[in-house]
This record gives sequence, structure tokens and C-alpha cells, in this order.
Amino acid sequence: MATKSLKARHNELAETNKQLDILSGGVFADGELPRFKDKLSNIGQYPLRPKKLEIFQINVGYMCNQVCEHCHVDAGPDRKEIMTKETMQQCLDVISHTGAHTLDLTGGAPEMNPNFRWFVEEAAKVGIKDFIVRSNLTIIMANKKYNDLPDFFKEYNIHVVSSMPHYTRGKTDKQRGDGVFDKSIQALKKLNEVGYGMPDSPLKLDLVYNPSGAFLPSDQAAMERDFKKALKEDFNIEFHNLFAITNLPISRFLDYLIASDNYEDYMYSLVEAYNPAAVANVMCTNTISVSWDGWLFDCDFNQMLGLKVASKVNHIKDYNEEVLNDRNIIISQHCYGCTAGAGSSCQGTVT
Amino acid sequence: MANNYYDPADLRKFGKISEWSEELGEKFFDYYGKVFEEGALSAREKSLIALAVAHVVKCPYCIDAYTKDGLQRGITKEEMMEAVHAGAAIESGATLVHGVQMMNKYNKLSM
Ligand code: SF4
Ligand code: SF4
Repeated sequence: MATKSLKARHNELAETNKQLDILSGGVFADGELPRFKDKLSNIGQYPLRPKKLEIFQINVGYMCNQVCEHCHVDAGPDRKEIMTKETMQQCLDVISHTGAHTLDLTGGAPEMNPNFRWFVEEAAKVGIKDFIVRSNLTIIMANKKYNDLPDFFKEYNIHVVSSMPHYTRGKTDKQRGDGVFDKSIQALKKLNEVGYGMPDSPLKLDLVYNPSGAFLPSDQAAMERDFKKALKEDFNIEFHNLFAITNLPISRFLDYLIASDNYEDYMYSLVEAYNPAAVANVMCTNTISVSWDGWLFDCDFNQMLGLKVASKVNHIKDYNEEVLNDRNIIISQHCYGCTAGAGSSCQGTVT
Repeated sequence: MANNYYDPADLRKFGKISEWSEELGEKFFDYYGKVFEEGALSAREKSLIALAVAHVVKCPYCIDAYTKDGLQRGITKEEMMEAVHAGAAIESGATLVHGVQMMNKYNKLSM
């Protein structure tokens, strides 16, 4: 397992243009597989347009304590892109006016941003309905200074969404690194201890499951049942919902697909699993994604592909929801990851 | 024409068998889809049965398909290997139980 980001390894896939070339070349260039655009045209959904903004997602930096093999952010300890307090302030100004009901902080490991706690405190004052922090769990155990995160989350009534690729050690560690499973279990226990994830607790703890390999997630409800049973029986751990998320073929996951000679098969699987009913609810139709340096994107995936919103408002400093919402969403073949099967967004199944 | 009998890419073309006999092809795929739906047995249990049978009938396409299906369902490799052994045990048992026939015949023919 690599311990450095693609960027630090000077891998050519660290270049977004290279990734975009791959996504529109090969089986999509020679017509063997239809392009996403054609699929949308068939159902009269091209160009794809946003609906009402509901989720404001902020990526506060690409630094992470982990270097997961499937990471679409290419995050890792060597990434230095971190949101400044100034940009955070610009985000706060926007949050206090937005019509969005959900604020979603992501990374990297958002907790590693030196101004993370200040930002959470300030943002909580605005009174947003659902305040999500995407925590990778191991960060809580990574260093003493993070051990009190469960209490901190509780104090601000944060909705914790955490990634847990499998309920067995082998699979988790293979995807995320040695020791990740045990640390995640310890962190979940700590969250349970302060009340997170307990059956009737208002302190929300949801888990995100990404397949650890070149295959798609299956039925979310069945996976949730299996996770709940295994985590309860083996570790007495409780959580609320499980979101099954398809890995999109970008960044490190794309690198893995190509290196393991699975890319074409994977794209076939995605196209085969295309579900037109999932299009109406893909994440970009109700979300705006902000990067560490304040640029605006249709979603976190487009952010990682460097595809800024197609609007004259494309930076947080010029934010205008009305102008921004009147745009066409930028799509490419990675979007098939959002419409496979029951569909997939950061909130799991969308149909 | 490929110069080998099994090409992994042929699995994707499975649906094409309907092109040469639409009615029978469609009936088969409808039936197939229905069989693997959640029922008295869970889809997960059926996936493991399919994997075991795939090994017994030694179909490389089915083995690929149901290994992937198992992964998608979060089935562990230990569960998959036990399913393969269940299939193998029945297959070898089926061979060995014929040993009784051999014994019967042997006894009948012998003085
Ligand atoms: S997947 Fe999440 S935890 Fe893993 S490296 Fe990426 S940002 Fe970090
Ligand atoms: S990848 Fe982004 S732009 Fe494409 S469908 Fe998914 S959410 Fe929308």
C-alpha cells in the first residue's frame, strides 16, 4: 500500500487533464460504450441542471492522516492544500445567507485543518439544520490532541459521517492501511460512549461503505443489516444508517483500476448498472462544493477533476446563489458512478 | 474469431443469446432474474449457492460473475471458500456414493 499521494509520487494521474482524457477516451471514444451525455440526452436531462440548493459542502483541505487506496481526493499527510481562516470567513458569510439546510465538512481529514474547531464553533452559531462532519474515525485515535473529538462533536451537535469499508479487519486494512480497522473500532466505541449512534440518540452517527476493490456496492439495506449485526455481535457497536457508495473512477481509484487491469470491466459494470431513475437525485443537483482555496464546483468529484462550475460566479468571494443555480452541471463518464444501481451520493442510495 | 474457447469479455455478451432466439432468451433471463431475487432465501444465500454450483459445473464465466457478486454483497472470502467446499463435497460424495453400486455389483458377481 502506497504511503504517499499520487501528487507526491509525481504520478501522471495527479494531473486532472490526464484523468479527463482517460475518461473520455478508450471504450468511450470508439463508441463501444455510450457516453454519459448520451444517456442523459435519451431521457431529456441534458444539460443536467441543479434544483434547489440543499447542501453546502466545504472541503477544508486535502491533508489526511490516511492514504487510502481508493481515495478520490488523493489525500494524505503530504498534501499541503489547507483552507485558510480568511476563506473560512468567506464561507461563514455565505452560510449565514444560504437557503441550504445542510452544511457538510469534508477533506482529507477536516479535523487536521488548524482552524477546524474555530470554524465549527462559528458555523454552529448560524443555526444550520444538519451539520455534518466527515470523519475518517482513525483521526480520533491518531494523536492525543484529537482524542476529545467525540465530546467536541457532541457539544456542537455535529452529525458524524464516517467511513468503514468493511466489518472485518482484513478487508478494511487492505483498503485503508494496517491498523485502520482496530483504530476505527476504538473510535466508534468512543463515539458510542458519548451517545453517538445509540438507538434513540439525537447524536447522529452514520457509516459510509465503499467497496474495497473493482466492484460495485449492492443493496444498501442488506449491507446495513450485515454491518449492524456484525458490529453489534463482535464489538457491541451501534450506529444509525449505512450509506453504500460507489467508488468513482477518478484519482487514486482510477490509478488502481488501471494498474490492476480492471478499468474497462469497471466502466462496463458502471454503464450496465446505469439507472435513469437515479439521475434526478444525483448529488450535484442539490449541492455546491467549495474547495480549500474557495473555488466552487458541482460536487466534490468535479472538484478533484478541477472542473469549476460553469457560471460567472465560480468563487466563494463572489457567491450569489441565484446566479449560481442557473448553470449547467459539468459531466463526464465518472458520473456513471453516481447513477449505478440505486444510485450513489455522499448520502448513499438516491432512488 | 478468438483462438481460445473462453474469453472473459464474452460474459458481457451473454445477453446477446436472445438475438438468435428472442422468446426463449427473454424467458430465460426473466426466470434467471426472478430466481435470484430476495425470497424465502436471501439474495445473499442464493449468491453463495450459485458460487458453489458454478464450481461444480466448472463454468469460468459463472465463477467470475459470482465471485464479483459475492464481493458486492460483502460476502467474505472465507464464506466463499466454504461454499466452494460444500459444492466439492457434494460432487465427490456423488462420486463416492457410486462406490456402493460397485460393491453391490462386485458382490453379486462374486461367489
Ligand atoms: S478516503 Fe478519506 S480517510 Fe482515506 S485518504 Fe481519502 S480523505 Fe483520507
Ligand atoms: S460526479 Fe458530480 S457532476 Fe457527475 S453526476 Fe455525480 S455529482 Fe453530478
